[in-house]
Amino acid sequence: MLNERKSPSIHLTRRAFGAGLAAGTGFLALALPVRALTVDQARGLIDQAIGEVNQVINSGKSEAAMFKQFEHIFATYADVPTIARSALGPAAKTASAGQMSAFTKAYQAYISRKYGRRFREFIGGKIEVTDAKPYKSYFEVISTATLQGEAPFELRWWVGDKSGKNLFFNIIIEGVNMLASERTEIGSILDKNGGDIDKLIAALNAA
Amino acid sequence: MALSACSAPAPSGIDDPYEGFNRKVHGFNTAVDKNVIRPLATGTSKVIPEPVSRGITHFADNISLPGMVLNDVLQLNIGDAAHNTMRFLVNTTVGIGGIFDVATKAGAPERSTDFGETLHVWGMAEGPYTELPLLGPSTARDALGQVVDYALDPLQLIVPSDKSWIATATKAYSKLDKRGRYSETVDSILYDSADGYAQARLLYLQNRRYELGQAAAESDFEDPYAE
Repeated sequence: MLNERKSPSIHLTRRAFGAGLAAGTGFLALALPVRALTVDQARGLIDQAIGEVNQVINSGKSEAAMFKQFEHIFATYADVPTIARSALGPAAKTASAGQMSAFTKAYQAYISRKYGRRFREFIGGKIEVTDAKPYKSYFEVISTATLQGEAPFELRWWVGDKSGKNLFFNIIIEGVNMLASERTEIGSILDKNGGDIDKLIAALNAA
Repeated sequence: MALSACSAPAPSGIDDPYEGFNRKVHGFNTAVDKNVIRPLATGTSKVIPEPVSRGITHFADNISLPGMVLNDVLQLNIGDAAHNTMRFLVNTTVGIGGIFDVATKAGAPERSTDFGETLHVWGMAEGPYTELPLLGPSTARDALGQVVDYALDPLQLIVPSDKSWIATATKAYSKLDKRGRYSETVDSILYDSADGYAQARLLYLQNRRYELGQAAAESDFEDPYAE
């Protein structure tokens, strides 16, 4: 059996094999980003995102203005379509393209308000990147949040380039995973709305 | 460190066979919070000045250190036992009976532990998720831990029994103070979530496993790019 399957390769000349390999590499080079994400790039991305968050939380702006800026940061540094799809869970498979894009848009604003409220509690404090390391086929960037009068706590960011860009797609706060928490929450809102995605979108816009 | 090999395997997912009952307890807890604890917490934070509140909370945190040291010893974690002993000695003396947390300012923050963690180190699995009346989210193992922590608090050996109410009162006050201070976050979970019970359960389990140093189980890893 094994021999039978192997036999065609015997007929390949060394040159043909070499050419095939080169063509294969060429194809791979086209399919993947030219340079894969490195640990330093992942760290740099989060450093930059955190720098902008720190600037916003210490800017003394109004809540509404801060939410707008958080949304901009989120849209710039996070893979929002992937996070939104993950939050929607199995329902993403039945949603139409129009519903998906409306949901993603509503979700982006919703999560910026929701996490923005939490980030506002960081006013006067700061977040700093302390470490970065490979994690599965991604990178994990570790940061420490130091708030006034509180014990420091840890925020971990998962960064990848599978969207074609270097973006983060999950935040883990003291072990609590944003994707998991969001899927539970969005699933609950969907249930409350009888599984109707359009009603879910309206609920997110109102939240 | 050496004991970690004996620890229970990292749990995954959510084991909640008594969900129906737990949800009833959650409903009760939320009602108590809404009608009693939350108004009391916001009320006291208006009446009692912030530094006084902090002082009482520091005092309550300090008197729970002997219990933590006992647990550190039971876990054979000599480093943390020494760390928490030093904290207790420094805060009790320099921190004037524990009202000031000078140890944290000097770079030695609390290394929290409890008997639930001791049971974990000894190899006990977390067991089913349990929401306890008034005490909130827990697991079977951690609930047992809380009972043991209460019964075996070494503070009882130091403090005369007619003064033990002070410990109970200050600990209750510190809970209230923390409820007031993290008001927005707690509210967002209990009241703003579409399913506050499910959110509180997920948050407790993930955070607790993280505290116990249990890496997220392989089966819990969600790869949003998979498929």
